[in-house]
Amino acid sequence: MRIGIPREFRPGETLVAATAKTASQLAGLGYDVVVERGAGAAADQPDTAYADAGVRVGTGEEVWSSDVVVKVNAPSEEEIVRLRPGATLVGLLAPARSPELVERLAAAGVTALAMDAVPRISRAQSMDVLSSMANVAGYRAVIEAAHEFGRLFTGQVTAAGKVPPARVFVVGAGVAGLAAIGAAGSLGAVVRAFDVRPEVAEQVESMGAQFVRVEMEQEVSSDGYAKEMTAAQEAATAAMYDEEARAADIVITTALIPGRPAPRLISAETVAAMRPGSVVVDMAAANGGNVAATVRDERVVTPNGVTVLGYTDLAGRLAAQTSQLYGTNVVNLFKLLTPAKDGRLTLDLDDVVQRGITVTRAVEGGGAAEAMWPPPPVQVSAAPAAPAAAVPAEKEPPAPPDPRRRVYAAALAAVLFLALATAAPASFLPSLTVFVLAVVIGFYVIGNVHHALHTPLMSVTNAISGIIVVGAILQAPVDNVAVQVIAGIAVLLASINVFGGFLVTRRMLNMFQKG
Amino acid sequence: MISFVSGAYIVSALLFILALAGLSKHETARRGNAFGMAGMALALVATLLLVVDRLTGDVVGDTTAVWVGLAIVLVAGTVGAVIGIRLARGVEMTGMPELIAMMHSFVGLAAVLVGYNTYIEVADHGAHADAIHNAEVFLGVFIGAVTFTGSIVANLKLSARMSSAPLVLPGRHLLNLAILVASAVLMVWFMLTEGWSGLAPLAVMTVLALVLGFHLVAAIGGGDMPVVVSMLNSYSGWAAAAAGFMLGNDLLIITGALVGSSGAILSYIMCRAMNRSFVSVIAGGFGSDGGSAVGAADRDYGEHREIQAGEVAELLAGASSVVITPGYGMAVAQAQYPVAEMTRRLREKGVTVRFGIHPVAGRLPGHMNVLLAEAKVPYDIVLEMDEINDDLADTDVVLVIGANDTVNPAALEEPGSPIAGMPVLEVWKARDVVVFKRSMATGYAGVQNPLFFKENTQMLFGDAKDKVNEIVAALG
Repeated sequence: MRIGIPREFRPGETLVAATAKTASQLAGLGYDVVVERGAGAAADQPDTAYADAGVRVGTGEEVWSSDVVVKVNAPSEEEIVRLRPGATLVGLLAPARSPELVERLAAAGVTALAMDAVPRISRAQSMDVLSSMANVAGYRAVIEAAHEFGRLFTGQVTAAGKVPPARVFVVGAGVAGLAAIGAAGSLGAVVRAFDVRPEVAEQVESMGAQFVRVEMEQEVSSDGYAKEMTAAQEAATAAMYDEEARAADIVITTALIPGRPAPRLISAETVAAMRPGSVVVDMAAANGGNVAATVRDERVVTPNGVTVLGYTDLAGRLAAQTSQLYGTNVVNLFKLLTPAKDGRLTLDLDDVVQRGITVTRAVEGGGAAEAMWPPPPVQVSAAPAAPAAAVPAEKEPPAPPDPRRRVYAAALAAVLFLALATAAPASFLPSLTVFVLAVVIGFYVIGNVHHALHTPLMSVTNAISGIIVVGAILQAPVDNVAVQVIAGIAVLLASINVFGGFLVTRRMLNMFQKG
Repeated sequence: MISFVSGAYIVSALLFILALAGLSKHETARRGNAFGMAGMALALVATLLLVVDRLTGDVVGDTTAVWVGLAIVLVAGTVGAVIGIRLARGVEMTGMPELIAMMHSFVGLAAVLVGYNTYIEVADHGAHADAIHNAEVFLGVFIGAVTFTGSIVANLKLSARMSSAPLVLPGRHLLNLAILVASAVLMVWFMLTEGWSGLAPLAVMTVLALVLGFHLVAAIGGGDMPVVVSMLNSYSGWAAAAAGFMLGNDLLIITGALVGSSGAILSYIMCRAMNRSFVSVIAGGFGSDGGSAVGAADRDYGEHREIQAGEVAELLAGASSVVITPGYGMAVAQAQYPVAEMTRRLREKGVTVRFGIHPVAGRLPGHMNVLLAEAKVPYDIVLEMDEINDDLADTDVVLVIGANDTVNPAALEEPGSPIAGMPVLEVWKARDVVVFKRSMATGYAGVQNPLFFKENTQMLFGDAKDKVNEIVAALG
């Protein structure tokens, strides 16, 4: 089957759905890949790069008449018309927010797969373009903010005076938020972050930021995405947003709720109260924005000198990187869709990942495609789901043992031992002394044995425990035939051990060599 | 002469301590083994001298028995030596666990025989034996008998002549406890007897101890065998020490105690590595009390994906770092030589190859290390689980060769799994994982392995040796 990679039509779009590397990986799955002339130019992927990688560069006609068309953005009306009926279209289709597109694709009789609808389960992570793009965008958000910000991020003490570190407040600790935390932290800023899902506090802290807590009940997310909060929670949180934003130099908001407009988190008053020179990057601008002052795709400076960035193309500003990541996600998707690696795309709707991304499915024999949106929900977090929490009689963890019990046990053992020693005849005690000391030596001698030597050690101790032969030898010269015969058998058995054990050990040790 | 022998015994004991100490490092290991041999030779010579001394010394009585005894010792010792040498020469490195388990049973049986001999000797002369001496004999026979049958069961399980699944009898802990209590009662009885009348409690206890040894080890699953072998090693030491007490021989006491305590600490180290309670492993029944395990096994993990040897070779040639995590399957397939060859080829191509060894990989502690050493894999690229786990996330390709439970993410991710909490090699963090396996069957723990269904995992089915050979051929 042929995969076509078209040039993106949207003005200003820099991304391409396959780089030279990922296109050749697609070809490796058995597909015939053709890339439209100039498709990758803005992403540092000139036509020659594709040609060098052995990928054909062709015309738009050839690309759009392919069996499969992989692109980045949702197709325009003109593009849909160019698709062959029964063809497969892969891209960022945002089916939840654009029902009319779904209808249109169905009418066109094509199979449409939405890269942005990959369920958030571990198995599908390698195809999760939203994660890939959010990661790049989070990084870029910090870079954009640093560009606008009139001071250094890192705190320094210089001959010309002390520079305080910038204070960054990140709202939403999803992939974008965490990437922003990481980038800001590595530039030297003091980073604080908040998320309505309390379970991400650990991730935030692992990135070196401080998690801001609001003292109230918070819900544990069951589908991997944040939910909108109740009114009561919102009131409590609003005060925290206001306080944190006023104290910050940089505010980066990433709060999104799937299929809904972005929540309004930072009010106009809060922005008005921020210090002049502060920067707000609203990464939710495409969905309406988290900040009151945001204008989509615009840089706005408020009357009090706060810069509010509403760029929606943050990932596209790192075109080469994002294209590479997007392309790799596409390759991983095709690995799943091409189990036999024979260049034939097979869609298995019993698989939750494949079912999740299928927006429309072409019907055999042509005609309008079957609309498949929305897919059944996928539960991604197996851990503390609601029913588990509802069980009231949770078993209490076993109480940790009282440390004093050990002391008591040791004391009891010592008393028992002393009683035994007192009762035993005097001739027994020297042997006992020897025994106890040898036990202690055994413990210490072995304490830090190298793991690789466990087997030789065991075989040498095995040989040494053949020392029981000494006991048997001493019994042999007794004037009793039965005793002598038994002693003979014991000598035989024990000497097998002695000789066999040492020899095997030597054989093994001779094999160990340093490289 | 007695003083000379005592001195020789002290030197032997010191040499044994040096032997064990030497065995804890690669650099000194060979010297340690030599010390052990020297110690043993000295002890044997000194003991024989002690026997010969009875011929020449002022011992009153018939010297015929001494001559006969000496002859028996020399003949039996020679025969034993020949058998031992042949066993040591002939054993395949993959068969090492069975051999060691079998040898433990010899020490156990020898301890039983020496114990009975001591008893017969005293009873036959009608001499008065004190209670402490009787207790020593009793304990020596008890420990020896448990070691004997326990080691035989371990040997049978390791050589697959007996099912490795744990034998779970109803009330098995009670059964063990009952045997212990009954033995304690018998011991008190035996301590109070004189002459031949003690034979009954001694014989009954021997039978009970043989049953106990059998049942203890039969109840332990194959996955815990490394701990069991090490534990039996410890028991065989205690048996020798008990023999030392009954004979009043300090060398036996010292050596037995050394072996006993070092074996115990080794078992403890291994249990800690598996995050398992020492007591629960020894009490037996790995994975047998996990009711929730069934639920986990029934779970649908999705589809696994297959890969062919040629593709694995491509994957390896394109990687910059490769980690190989072998398991018992590598030993079964005798794949260590091709694996070593593959390692050598990849290293020549500039690929960093390392081995990650789980503490309980194989059926004996350090089993994998011995096999890899046999195939001449340099030991400095063979790393322990803790040394390599943090690096796995930066690794391009992990080859899982015949390992299963030791790379099972369920140990960390599924609290209901019978292996939950056991530290495992976190191979799934690597970019690509290739699992060499005969089929989709479960490992020793009988737990399904979600690793096989991870999307960065690919399965290479077939005999590990053949497949690795194919990869070597494809690497060119």
